[in-house]
Amino acid sequence: MHLNINNLLSLADDALILGHRNSEWCGHGPVLEQDIAISNIALDYIGLARNLYQHAATLINAGATEDTLAYLRDVIDFKNHLIVELPNGDWAQTILRIFFFSQYQRLRYQQLLLDTDKQIAAIAEKSLKEITYHIRWSTDWVLRLGDGTAESKARMIKAADYLWPYTEELFVDGFITKREWLATIEPVFLEATLALPSTKQLLQKGIEGEHTEHLGYILAEMQYLQRAYPNSEW
Amino acid sequence: MELEQIFQDKIDKEIRIEPKDWMPEKYRQTLIRQISQHAHSEIVGMLPEGNWITRAPSLRRKAILLAKVQDEAGHGLYLYSAAETLGISRDEMTAQLLSGKAKYSSIFNYPTLSWADMGVIGWLVDGAAIMNQVPLCRTSYGPYARAMVRVCKEESFHQRQGFEILLTLSKGTDAQRKMAQDAINRWWWPSIMMFGPKDDESPNSVLSMKWKIKRFSNDELRQKFIDVCAEQVKVLGFTLPDPDLKWNEERGHYDFGTINWDEFWQVIQGNGPCNKERLDARKKAWEEGAWVREAATAYAEKKRVKNTLRVA
Ligand SMILES: [Fe+2]
Ligand SMILES: [Fe+2]
Ligand SMILES: [Fe+2]
Repeated sequence: MHLNINNLLSLADDALILGHRNSEWCGHGPVLEQDIAISNIALDYIGLARNLYQHAATLINAGATEDTLAYLRDVIDFKNHLIVELPNGDWAQTILRIFFFSQYQRLRYQQLLLDTDKQIAAIAEKSLKEITYHIRWSTDWVLRLGDGTAESKARMIKAADYLWPYTEELFVDGFITKREWLATIEPVFLEATLALPSTKQLLQKGIEGEHTEHLGYILAEMQYLQRAYPNSEW
Repeated sequence: MELEQIFQDKIDKEIRIEPKDWMPEKYRQTLIRQISQHAHSEIVGMLPEGNWITRAPSLRRKAILLAKVQDEAGHGLYLYSAAETLGISRDEMTAQLLSGKAKYSSIFNYPTLSWADMGVIGWLVDGAAIMNQVPLCRTSYGPYARAMVRVCKEESFHQRQGFEILLTLSKGTDAQRKMAQDAINRWWWPSIMMFGPKDDESPNSVLSMKWKIKRFSNDELRQKFIDVCAEQVKVLGFTLPDPDLKWNEERGHYDFGTINWDEFWQVIQGNGPCNKERLDARKKAWEEGAWVREAATAYAEKKRVKNTLRVA
């Protein structure tokens, strides 16, 4: 198997945008240890994004760098899945998104281990270790909140209802099937005494540049210095 | 020998005081106040820099800044743990912070207005913290000293990354140089206030020196810091906003201008530019996290009950 550049950028954009979202928690977490944990996860994602962008830049040439790819493309060029650009919401929504997405990522990056591009395979190998940790961490939280108090359960149900339609998009490019992903979700939901939400299709396709309105604000914030002071070294 | 005498003998012989050792109540209270205040400073200190994580100008800077702010959370954790050995819980300390009873370093009540502030905070604020904290690695209370050893290791990385941000800006465009000089101008005086009031107005200092909680006076450390920064600023090609800053051959130190102590006391009393925002941000995180902490406790309790049943 071999990835085209759009596939590669899609992986990188997913990592960057989810890293960005999780980094918004830094300094605001519900308890100090978890503030540290989620910042760590954000760091893993940003590190992964950097590895992927750096590699993409070498394939693109033409003066591309990790920073031109992250900071000088606009919304319609970003190829991340919509689920990563949604707002953090509360802690339930935050940890559930990490859980859903990490389970998808594990399947995806396991495939990438076999990629003919050795660099991709190496990046996949390194990030699978991190992804495994993200799954363990977020699984613990799904269990705690799903089977914690009445309030935490209600919040988990709300978060699941909100995120669920966006999970459909993870399967449209055909790398991962919904069935294999569901197989990783179901047992955890069962143990957490949570029901799977009922699916609704969504029309937008982030990987083709059709985003939610949220991404524009993320980029406006993230890219502000690069845009306001062009051609500067930082 | 009286307990107090045994205690002071240990201090004089540089033997560390450990949690189970007898200690004067005033020593315990002084340490609780100082360590918790230090811990709160680490936590509140995450906010001004956290303000720029989502706007860092490159992926490398973003990763470094995020790691740095995360380190500060770790420092808070070590320090809360050290304070807990003195018989106060983290929740009690947090309540004191949120009620305004406990203080934190006033420097964090200033706003971060530009990217250059990330450089200046690393260089000056972490720099001043290091100056204050390196002697604390030998402070008389064991758990505090050990926590400080871990903290200090990371602080030097913080200072270096800050200086490097400024060095990069100093070689950059006019707009970048302007940004950096402006940040230095805003942060310089608050940074040298970080060493606390003048020695003759620092009521707690005498006892803290006798008990070797402190080893250098506020003014000694402040002078040392100014001497170092006055040289480093030359490397950057910027200036410190003090027309009276001059090398004094006779003293072997830099002379410096009058500190605006009125501003210092104003900020301590809650009237700094960001006091309310900082505290509100901490309250919000704490209050919005309540249901999360409750759920975690409830789940842990369910698990415990299940496990006991299984064992029985
Ligand atoms: Fe620190
Ligand atoms: Fe500190
Ligand atoms: Fe620091």
